[in-house]
Amino acid sequence: MAQDGIGAPVKRREDFRFLKGLGKYTDDMNMPNQTYCAILRSSVAHGLIKSIDTSAAEKMPGVVAVLTGKDFEGVGGVPCGWLVTGKDGPMKEPKHPILAVGKVRHVGDPIVAVIAESLNEAKNAAEQVVVDIDELPAVVDMRSAIKGGGTPVHDEAGDNICFDWDFPGESADVDAAIAAAHHVTKIDLVNNRLIPNAMEPRAAIGAYDIASEEYTLVTTSQNPHVIRLLMGAFVLGIPEHKLRVYAPDVGGGFGSKIYHYAEEALVTWAAKKVGRPVRWTAERSESFVSDAHGRDHVTHAEMAFDKDGHITALKCQTLANMGAYLSTFAPCIPTYLHATLLAGQYRTPLVFCNVKAVFTNTVPVDAYRGAGRPEATYILERLMSKAAAEMGVDQAELRRKNFIQPSQFPYQTPVAVMYDTGDYEASLNKALEMADYKGFEARRAAAKANGKLRGIGVASYIEACGIAPSSLVGALGARAGLYEAATVRVNPTGSVAVMTGSHSHGQGHETTFAQVVADKLGIPASSVEIVHGDTNKVPFGMGTYGSRSLAVGGTAIVNALNKVIDKGKKIAAHLLEAAEADIVFEGGAYKVKGTDKQKTFGEIALTAYVPHKYPIDQIEPGLEETAFYDPKNFTYPAGTYICEVEIEPKTGELQIVKFVAADDFGNIVNPMIVEGQVHGGLAQGIGQALLEGAVYDESGQLRTGSYMDYTMPRADDVPSFQVATTVTPCTHNPLGVKGCGEAGAIGSPPAVINAICDALKEHGVQHMDMPATPEKIWRAVNRMPALKAAE
Amino acid sequence: MYDFTYVRPASIDDAAKALTGEAKLLAGGQTLLPTLKQRLASPGKLVDLGGLAELRGIHRDPKAIGIGACTTHVDVATSADVKATIPALAKLAAGIGDPQVRNRGTIGGSLANNDPNADYPAAILALGGIVHTNKRQITADDYFTGLFTTALGPDEIIVAIGLPIPKRAGYAKMEQRASRYALVGVFVAETEKGVRVAVTGAGAGGVFRSRELEAALSGGLNAAAAGATKVPSTGLMSDLHASADYRAALISALAERAVASAA
Repeated sequence: MAQDGIGAPVKRREDFRFLKGLGKYTDDMNMPNQTYCAILRSSVAHGLIKSIDTSAAEKMPGVVAVLTGKDFEGVGGVPCGWLVTGKDGPMKEPKHPILAVGKVRHVGDPIVAVIAESLNEAKNAAEQVVVDIDELPAVVDMRSAIKGGGTPVHDEAGDNICFDWDFPGESADVDAAIAAAHHVTKIDLVNNRLIPNAMEPRAAIGAYDIASEEYTLVTTSQNPHVIRLLMGAFVLGIPEHKLRVYAPDVGGGFGSKIYHYAEEALVTWAAKKVGRPVRWTAERSESFVSDAHGRDHVTHAEMAFDKDGHITALKCQTLANMGAYLSTFAPCIPTYLHATLLAGQYRTPLVFCNVKAVFTNTVPVDAYRGAGRPEATYILERLMSKAAAEMGVDQAELRRKNFIQPSQFPYQTPVAVMYDTGDYEASLNKALEMADYKGFEARRAAAKANGKLRGIGVASYIEACGIAPSSLVGALGARAGLYEAATVRVNPTGSVAVMTGSHSHGQGHETTFAQVVADKLGIPASSVEIVHGDTNKVPFGMGTYGSRSLAVGGTAIVNALNKVIDKGKKIAAHLLEAAEADIVFEGGAYKVKGTDKQKTFGEIALTAYVPHKYPIDQIEPGLEETAFYDPKNFTYPAGTYICEVEIEPKTGELQIVKFVAADDFGNIVNPMIVEGQVHGGLAQGIGQALLEGAVYDESGQLRTGSYMDYTMPRADDVPSFQVATTVTPCTHNPLGVKGCGEAGAIGSPPAVINAICDALKEHGVQHMDMPATPEKIWRAVNRMPALKAAE
Repeated sequence: MYDFTYVRPASIDDAAKALTGEAKLLAGGQTLLPTLKQRLASPGKLVDLGGLAELRGIHRDPKAIGIGACTTHVDVATSADVKATIPALAKLAAGIGDPQVRNRGTIGGSLANNDPNADYPAAILALGGIVHTNKRQITADDYFTGLFTTALGPDEIIVAIGLPIPKRAGYAKMEQRASRYALVGVFVAETEKGVRVAVTGAGAGGVFRSRELEAALSGGLNAAAAGATKVPSTGLMSDLHASADYRAALISALAERAVASAA
């Protein structure tokens, strides 16, 4: 292993600028003659717009333009990137206007944009706009929404159902297996709505150059090319060669910056209209009501077992909240990223899942760290621990008994996906050992003697990462391919620039990708520059989400590197006067097999650009190669998490006394970064389990609209984690990597809730919805009725 | 933020004279500035007390501690005099907000704002403190009049807070997990005039004295007696973060901890 190559815990080169405040974010970008945009958003959840009077606003000092939905009549709506077809046909896909037309559908729905010489003038003018809205009853609760009745969110969906989807087939076999089962464990649970809260709020700057007729959009995006395609082709009708989209440093995304948002199209279109750059940066309170939210499922599930404790069938019925409009990938999250994971790590022979996607008068819901897989894992792993408690068997052993065995790979699940490899028992054993699982009952007894309640929870998750084979997702409704692209440009003196379609917004790609290049070319990582985020610089890439960057983007880089190495072989063969077949590349040098003749990589690079002695009739000069890689399968990271909690029964206060994570991410390029990714994921998963949860009241007002009321996890809310990895290399990408970005957020919520239910079992608690607040725990201990979420 | 005029008076009298119309006093600004930034208030004029050195500092008498209104939380938390005489108050100040808040926020600002979830009101009320203004002295029992309201007149400025040194005192709170204000905080003080117990975060009308706990502890500070005291939920807040029932239970549990920690 090279000192800074694959496997080395290299410190992140990005951190110097981030920690010094030297990063360049969208809001740091300033353009000559720029204007400022303030957006007037709906303060009611549902209503008919009777009139919008902008006359007073237009006369306010500094105002350049006041825009309403009418101004955007000639452009498209915000598009959806995935078509799910339910049993009644294609999903309902109502138009999502840039600014509200005729109706507002959620608190935060943009109505008017005011562009002015300063932000304060824009805000002052926005306050002078008079919008007359006839308020309608809000559609908030999914269970009542689908009964129809009141005014639906969209006229196109009278029962508010976007699609009603069965998977993988009909339910008859599963129903029969459940009817015949020795034991059936049932659960009703809510996967609580989360608000992403990336550290950097969304921002966008639009510009138009009248001389070149070129538009520029600077935006906080995880995937600039996707935005260029969606906005250019489907919203504004700008050809790609006249539209540059770039995302400079981006301060976190967690999914919420995948999507094409109305504000991006708004500032780009307005820049031409007013003839000046237009900038907009969300304030935090705006982020709460305009960034796509995550999760928000209501599920009933049943798991059937035979007399030996083997799973015989699983049935899930889920209501998935879409919010008021379809965000870019919203329909695929509760379907193809959720139901396809319902086999988990188990040999479950029969699975049936029904998903009803529901429109409500709430902020749109889309992928958030884990995206569908946390929801699936939560169902499965709550069922497993609940079943173990009901059947009086150990929760770890029930899992072990049902694991897919290493000898069974590749394993075709009943839910379409085929796992390539894994060793689930290895992760389980590692986690049990780290958690001192055997010693738990003694610790429980000691805590009890102290008046405290202890519990332990196990969760064994699997996820599908590295999205995804284009032909597969195309057949499932994706309106895009999901390959990745990379260009490797070797400079004449042997340094290397890699233009990747992946996008780093906290992941550390500039470090890890450079390690891969250094390792493959045998050069120092410091000689490698990673370029990303600009459609004018990098090849058409699909961006970063779904823990895909290394598995898909990294493979594109490796493939491009292999092309570079192969071309170098031809040059080396010429220089060394040997047959190409006799040239080997190792340790950063081309060598003639069986001799001491060699040329370094740098010498070959220089020759490629100074082709004096060169086979010019056989090879082009230069050393630059591009690869597009379309993955052969998803990757399947898996692992086991164990959480141990202690509860103070008088107050319901909870402490996580131990949290262990044993993950199989395949091969690892930078173990320090992987550990950091796991820590971050665990913090968000524990945040979901204990702290976070968006609450809407019956009128559709977001009651958790600021940090005064929405609890983000902080450092002292999480324990010191014990993490470890086991390795079964992915079989279908050259690095053998699987992805690590989301696992922590996927496996941890059920581990925490399982631990709480274990601690409270003597108080008759079988389930507790997230977030498990001290008051919920206190009420459960005291056998008091649970409060409704909005109380 | 809306435009406003800004004055920085050189004396307390000048500050009082500047308090006309829609003027607001600015002390540490930890509530006021976020409110302005969110355009939730438009005071027209801010009268900054930051230039008045006489409003800052801690003074120790044999029987009382005096704290200038513009003394920051961190100065109270780290004061040797406070730690020696009312350690529970130093602990309370050290637990307000985060380091940024503690380095800017002031005791006078907290008391003037009288947020129902603030920590200081519990201490001042339990200790039987005196609020000294530019016009008069107000006892803590008369000072706190409701949610975000006090006995202060429109041009009245808090100058200092006088706190009788108790025999023993303790403070315990549970934080509201999002804001980290006190969801419930209980300050217990054994004073020359008997045991006083004040509760913040829980009362529908703001900080209040718990007669039930004071009765239970009238024979002396006893943690188990505090914990066993049933506090009624009537008159307590019910909101997104806790029901009145739960707040009532927390008052007993936290009183137990406050007593156990009293020093």
